[in-house]
Amino acid sequence: MILDSVFSKFKKGLSKTRTQMKSGLGKLFTGQIPMSEEILDTLEALLIEADLGMDLAMELIEDVSKHFPISTPVTSKNVLEYLQKKLIQKLEKTNIKEVNVHGTKVVLVVGVNGSGKTTSIGKLATLYANEGKSVLLVAGDTFRAAALEQLTIWSERAGVEIIKNQAATHPASVVYDALVSAKTRNIDVVIIDTAGRLHTQTHLMDELEKVHRVVKKVFTDAPHETILVIDATTGQNGLHQAEEFSKSTPIDHLFLTKLDGTAKGGIALAIHNKLDIPVRYVGLGEKASDMDYFNPTLYIKALLDLD
Amino acid sequence: MLEQFSSNLENVFKKIRGHGKLSESNISDATREIRRALLEADVNFKVAKDFIEKVKTKALGDDVLRSISPGQQIVKIVRDELSALMGDDSGDMHLSGSPAIIMLVGLQGSGKTTSAAKLAMQLRKQGRRPMMVACDVYRPAAIKQLETLGKQIDIPVYSNHQEKDVLKIAETAIKESVRFSADTVIIDTAGRLTVDSAMMDEIKNLKTRLSPKEILFVGDGMTGQDAVATAQAFSDVVQFTGVILTKMDGDARGGAALSIKAVTGIPVKFLGMGEKIQPLEVFHPSRMADRILGMGDIVSLVEKAQESIDENEARLMEEKIRKSGFDLEDFRDQLLKLKKMGPLSDLMGMIPGMSKVKDVQVDEKRLTRIEAIINSMTPSERRLPKVLNANRRKRIARGSGTTVQDVNQLMKQFQGMQKMMKKFGKMGKRQLMRNLPRGFKI
Repeated sequence: MILDSVFSKFKKGLSKTRTQMKSGLGKLFTGQIPMSEEILDTLEALLIEADLGMDLAMELIEDVSKHFPISTPVTSKNVLEYLQKKLIQKLEKTNIKEVNVHGTKVVLVVGVNGSGKTTSIGKLATLYANEGKSVLLVAGDTFRAAALEQLTIWSERAGVEIIKNQAATHPASVVYDALVSAKTRNIDVVIIDTAGRLHTQTHLMDELEKVHRVVKKVFTDAPHETILVIDATTGQNGLHQAEEFSKSTPIDHLFLTKLDGTAKGGIALAIHNKLDIPVRYVGLGEKASDMDYFNPTLYIKALLDLD
Repeated sequence: MLEQFSSNLENVFKKIRGHGKLSESNISDATREIRRALLEADVNFKVAKDFIEKVKTKALGDDVLRSISPGQQIVKIVRDELSALMGDDSGDMHLSGSPAIIMLVGLQGSGKTTSAAKLAMQLRKQGRRPMMVACDVYRPAAIKQLETLGKQIDIPVYSNHQEKDVLKIAETAIKESVRFSADTVIIDTAGRLTVDSAMMDEIKNLKTRLSPKEILFVGDGMTGQDAVATAQAFSDVVQFTGVILTKMDGDARGGAALSIKAVTGIPVKFLGMGEKIQPLEVFHPSRMADRILGMGDIVSLVEKAQESIDENEARLMEEKIRKSGFDLEDFRDQLLKLKKMGPLSDLMGMIPGMSKVKDVQVDEKRLTRIEAIINSMTPSERRLPKVLNANRRKRIARGSGTTVQDVNQLMKQFQGMQKMMKKFGKMGKRQLMRNLPRGFKI
C-alpha cells in the first residue's frame, strides 16, 4: 500500500521532471542525414546545459564521433540511442553498495549549506519507518539557527525518535551519546544529520572527520552508508564538493535533491563518472514521500528526451 | 588556473607565430580556451557563446595580432569585457518610502534567511533601522531560524506562528514597523521552484500588494547552467531589482553572476560569504571577472591584509627591516598577524595561480608549532638567536613539545629570511612588494 503510493508519487514527480527536462531537443534533426560537426555541437550543447561538465561531455562526444564518423548517414534516433547506451554504461560501472548490517545501521548525511540534508533525512526516516524499522535521528547540526527545530519537526512527521543536545555542543559528542544509546536499545537505523559546510572550510571538514571517527568508536564497521546530498542546480563545483567530502569521510552514495525543478542534475553523472560515487536517491519535492531510488535508465531517457 | 589559461593561450599564439600571419581561424584556437574556462566556471552555454563572439570581434579589430604577447592581450580583452558585462561596482539600493520595503526571493536552500540577516546588518551599518519579517510559513522551523538570527544580531523580527497567509503577515509587519521604530522592512520569503505556479503567484501577489522598492533575487554562487532558466523565471514574475550571490566563500568560480546579468540585465549587488552573520559584501565586477577566469582575487587579499595590519605598525616594521634588525620577536608578530587574516587556505585561494594548488594544504599546525618554539625561547634568545647552542635548542624543543630537528629547521629558515630582509632593506618600496611573495615560504 505505502510502497504503491510512494511509487505513483514518484511517477508523477518524474513525469513532472520529464516535462521539465524536455530539452526541446526530442529530435536533433529529421530524416536521415550525414553526420556533421553541427550535430556534434548540438549534442555538446545538450550535455553541457545539463551540467555534465566539459570532461564528460567531451568523452561522450568523442564516443559518438568515433561510432558515427563524419558524413555517415544517421538518424536522430540512432545518435541519441547510442548516447543513451554510452551514458548508461558509464553509470553501471559502479553499483549501489548495499551493506547487510546485523544490528544497528548507521547512516551519515553530509553536504554543503542549503543542499537539502535535513529534508532528505526526513524522507529517509519516513521510508525506514514505513518498512517497520525503529529509527533514531541525530541532530548533529549544532551550528545553524533553528536546525534542531527543523529536524525535530521532521521526526514528528515521520513518527521517529530524535536525540538532540542543546546548541553549542560539539557535534561529535552529540553523535557519540546518540550512538551509545542506539546500541544499548538495539535501534534498527540511526540517521545522523550534520551541519552544512563548504568543502573549502578546513576546520569544518576536520570536524566532520572527527564525527566519522567517533562513529567508528561505537560501531567499528560504521558508518554503513555515508550520503552526500547534492542540489540538482549545482554546477561544476559539485565535483570539488564530492572530492573534498570524500577526504573527510568516504562517500558511498549521492542523494540528488530538487530534481522537481528546472535543473537537470547532470553534475551527479559527472561525479559518478569521475569518482565512482553513484546516485542512490532522488528528491522530488518538499513532502516526506517526494523521493525515490534513482533509476539511471529512466533518468537518461528523460535527459535525452527518448521514449 | 589562470596561469594554465594564460599559458594555453600563449602556446596557441606561439604556434601561430611560426606560421606567419594570424588569421580568423587561428583566433578560434584562442577562443576555444576562453570558452573552456567560461564553461568550467558554469557560465551558461549560450551566454558563453555570445560572449566569445564579442571577444572575437574585438580581438580581430584590435592590435592584438601585432602585439608582442597576443595571449596577454586577449586575456585583457576577456577580462575587460567580462567586467563590463557584469555592470558597475555598486551595492546601492533605492530605499524610499516609510518604511522602505525590501523583499528577498529565490530557490530553496539558496540562502535567503541568512542573507536577510546579513542585509539587515549591512543596512544598520549605513545608519538605517531595519527589521525582518518571517514570511516562510512552509519550511519547518524557518520562522524560528529568522527569530534566532534576529536575536543574535539584535535586529527586530516580526513573525506570527499561527498565521498562514503571508500577505497578512507582511501587511501587519509593515503597519507595526513604527512600533519597532524601523524604517526598513526586509521580507524573507519561502524558497520556491519556478515550476510551482501557486508559489510563484504568492510572490507576485506580495509584490503587487506591497510594492517593495527593492526585490533581491538570492542565488547560490555554486549554481550551474540552470541559473539562467531560474533567474529568467523569477524575473518574469517579479522583475527583481538586484541579486545577492551567496556561498561565495567557497571555491565556486561563480559563472552564475555573469549568466544572470546576461539574461535579465539585472546586476549582482552583494556577495554572501559564509554562514557567520556579518554584513554582505559589495559586488565588484572586475574581481568577479578574475574569479571566473581563475585569476584569483589579489585585491580582496590586499584589503584583508589592510584590515588586519595597522599601517603605523607596518611603517615601524619597515624601519626595523631597513636597519636589518629583524629578529624572532618580529617574526612571531608577523605570524600572529597572518593568523588574524583568517584560515591560510582561504588566503591561498586569493593568490593568483594558487586556486588550483589549494590541494597542497597549508599546514596550519606547523604555524602553531613555530609559534610554540618561539614562545619557548627567552626574550634575549629571540632578540639574538645566535646564542642558541645545542643545549638551549634541546631545552626549547622540550618546552615547545617539538624536536631539536624542528628547532633547527626553524632557525635555518629564519636565517634565510634574515638574509632576504637585509636585501630588502636596500631596495625601494616597489621592489620590496614585488619580491616578497617569492621568498615567503611557510
